[in-house]
Amino acid sequence: MTLHILAIDDSRTMRDMIRHTLVPAGFNVDLAEDGQHGIEVLSGIEPDAIITDINMPRLDGFGFIDAVRKIDKYRVTPILVLTTEAAPELKARARVAGATGWIVKPFDPEKLVKALLMVTG
Amino acid sequence: MSNTPDPMAEIRASFFIECEELLEALQDGLMQLDGGDGDAETINVVFRAVHSIKGGAGAFGLERLVRFAHGLETVLDEVRAGRMHPDSEALKTFFVAADHLSDLVRVSRDDTPLPENQTADLLTQLNRLLGEDAASIDPLDEVEEDIDFQPMGLSLDLDLGLPDIGIDIAPPQPARYTVQFRPAPELFETGNEPFLLLRTLDQMGDCHVACHLDGLPDLGDLNPETPYLGWTIDMTTEADDNEIASVFEFVDGLCSLTITRVDGDAVVLSAPDTAESGDAGNPALPILDPAPFPPLVQDPAAAPTPTDPPQRPDDGPAVDRSPPTGASAVNAPAKPASAAANSVVRVDLDRIERLVNLVGELVINQAMLSQSLETSGLSPHSDAMNGLEEFQRLTRDIQDSVMMIRAQPVKSLFQRMSRIVRESSAAVGKDVRLHTEGDATEVDKTVIERLADPLTHMIRNAVDHGLEPTEMRVAAGKPEQGRVRLTAAHKSGRVVIEVSDDGGGINRSRVLQIATEKGLVAPDASLSDADIDNLLFLPGFSTASVVSDLSGRGVGMDVVRTAIQALGGRISITSVPGEGTTFSISLPLTLAVLDGMVVQVADETLVLPLNVVVETLTLRHGDVEQVHPRLNVVRVREDFVPLFDLGEELGYRAGVKDYEGAVVLLITQDNGANAALVIDKIQDQRQVVIKGLDDSFYRAPGIAAATILGDGQIALILDPSDIIANATGPGGLSVPASINQETPPQITGLSL
Repeated sequence: MTLHILAIDDSRTMRDMIRHTLVPAGFNVDLAEDGQHGIEVLSGIEPDAIITDINMPRLDGFGFIDAVRKIDKYRVTPILVLTTEAAPELKARARVAGATGWIVKPFDPEKLVKALLMVTG
Repeated sequence: MSNTPDPMAEIRASFFIECEELLEALQDGLMQLDGGDGDAETINVVFRAVHSIKGGAGAFGLERLVRFAHGLETVLDEVRAGRMHPDSEALKTFFVAADHLSDLVRVSRDDTPLPENQTADLLTQLNRLLGEDAASIDPLDEVEEDIDFQPMGLSLDLDLGLPDIGIDIAPPQPARYTVQFRPAPELFETGNEPFLLLRTLDQMGDCHVACHLDGLPDLGDLNPETPYLGWTIDMTTEADDNEIASVFEFVDGLCSLTITRVDGDAVVLSAPDTAESGDAGNPALPILDPAPFPPLVQDPAAAPTPTDPPQRPDDGPAVDRSPPTGASAVNAPAKPASAAANSVVRVDLDRIERLVNLVGELVINQAMLSQSLETSGLSPHSDAMNGLEEFQRLTRDIQDSVMMIRAQPVKSLFQRMSRIVRESSAAVGKDVRLHTEGDATEVDKTVIERLADPLTHMIRNAVDHGLEPTEMRVAAGKPEQGRVRLTAAHKSGRVVIEVSDDGGGINRSRVLQIATEKGLVAPDASLSDADIDNLLFLPGFSTASVVSDLSGRGVGMDVVRTAIQALGGRISITSVPGEGTTFSISLPLTLAVLDGMVVQVADETLVLPLNVVVETLTLRHGDVEQVHPRLNVVRVREDFVPLFDLGEELGYRAGVKDYEGAVVLLITQDNGANAALVIDKIQDQRQVVIKGLDDSFYRAPGIAAATILGDGQIALILDPSDIIANATGPGGLSVPASINQETPPQITGLSL
């Protein structure tokens, strides 16, 4: 079964890297450029897990997670936060919004894949 | 780079392109903040730009870039959080930091050296901005911090191959652990799933799971989204307690968790202690009815059913890379990232050049075809002619579209100039502000690139020579801060770029004196103000009595003018004493095509840019009047317009004696004034492909370029304003003979 991932990051480089990490690992990857775009993309797909950045224009990661959790079918979809931030208060905020896990950039491709496999089963 | 097979190299290359964009956004934002017209989002944009550069740089191990970006980001974060309100000094530091960041990006990309102390100095300056009590950024600590938070990513690792942090380096000895785990309600809300955690544990070793159903209410009261269950896992594993704990990393604080090494010490880890949500422990649930199995299937959250076999349990140090790269990898690349299809494509400039050239050929070809069809005597209503018309339209559309690909806003160029202003004003100790307008004006990319040098020189000139020293400004009642304006705008099919300062204006007596001393003008010449201003463009002219480091390296405005002319452009100068000087550059939009009017003069076919032709007239008796022996004017409605004979000006023939019946083009010059050009015949109006005249040709004033017409004939493309400026005929007043060193061009030899 191919796992379908939505990855959201405003940095093209990051999106490229995520795709470059996940596609060869057998994931099906959709990309979005910010939280708002992520929500739009979500309306057309049903990912098994979502990866999102925090600092983004229009709608940041917190806002995005918040919005996604309000959509019924995504209430329990695993959402991993992938960000350079490591401050505990930001992590707490993400968790309150409903983030499943937190991975710090720069990420180790293998770890990202493992984390995704774990949260999606 | 696009040819390299290494995807990482490609991503790296694209990272640097992205950096350019981010740096531009950073500049923009800082400018807005500096100009006071930024809003709440501006600082966010600025912050994010630096943040993204840092993020990408981290991924490529560009340590120095990361370190500096982090330093800048830390300060910007303070601003973003409203804890710091940058004054103009702070903004200055930000600008310098942004410049340095851009340098770092460049040296990281090209792998060139850059003095390390610059980075350190700037970090110190940034640190100082933070003040004493705020969180400081020690440049060295920072590196460590970055490394510090990596283990958080690493801690996901289930790989036994990694040595653990100093606990037990002895060969993995299976040990028994008891893990007690009870999710808090929030665990589900974050999309975590107990079953998956248990399964991950199971893969680490031999597990016996006991489920505690004690909290389970009656079915009627059961809320499917509240966790009622708890588990006790008895496991034998080679993994150590850190690895076990890492399984629960994401639910840290969302459950009560204890991990106990059975044959060893007591409680090793208790997750909720470290958690920020203290209530997560879900405390008193009396254990009444321990059940032997977890009723996982009931759980609504267990959506992804384990159809694919779990990885083999306890594989020891083996890394489980293989499962994902297996069967699914084959079909995955088939549909990558469809939804986020980027609206921007990056294309090698060479490919566009090729396309432009091909389209140019297409246009010529189409012109030839239409000419041969016309001469074949086909009816204009024939299918072939109709088809040709359509073909013509399409060709034109293609051409426009291709040209648009190369058009770029001048913004990046302007941003480079703002750096020049910062650096040059610092070098001469003046306080200068650059004001830009029309950043969005689009110009052919090649034009933009070739404008950088002349503009740099002009900007430096404005800062160095244009603006007075501060004391003089104050004495003149001007604000201390000098102002340099850089503007771009489209004007009648050309791009006009202006550099102006609010300095003292050109010191004309001094200019004249120097020019006389250098023998550039005759001592007795009487020159108008404009003539004197134009002396600045003469080769070898330099006004600064003290040659400053900055702009006085013997490179004069003549070099600027030559560069602009090489682009098919013109430069002019206006200056008001005490108020400042403006240099105005007028450029063609593109170097590739031109809407032209094809005319004949003395049996030569020439092309004039259509956009300068205001109207065409046929002269009647009495239209032309001689104002004085060297100036004829033609009456156009209520105006008198100077009249020039193109054939005479170009040296093709002697001037026409009788103007009656002559065809005249009324053209508008760069300075807005009209002039009339006598020609023999208007031939056609068409788009022509500009073929630049190579450097081996003599650069004739008035000749911009050449083109190939539909019949294969070569025609020169004229620059009428330049012709008039250099006119020697009856109308040749605009340039005094004393400085008009260039003789009329002998272009007949060159034209074919």
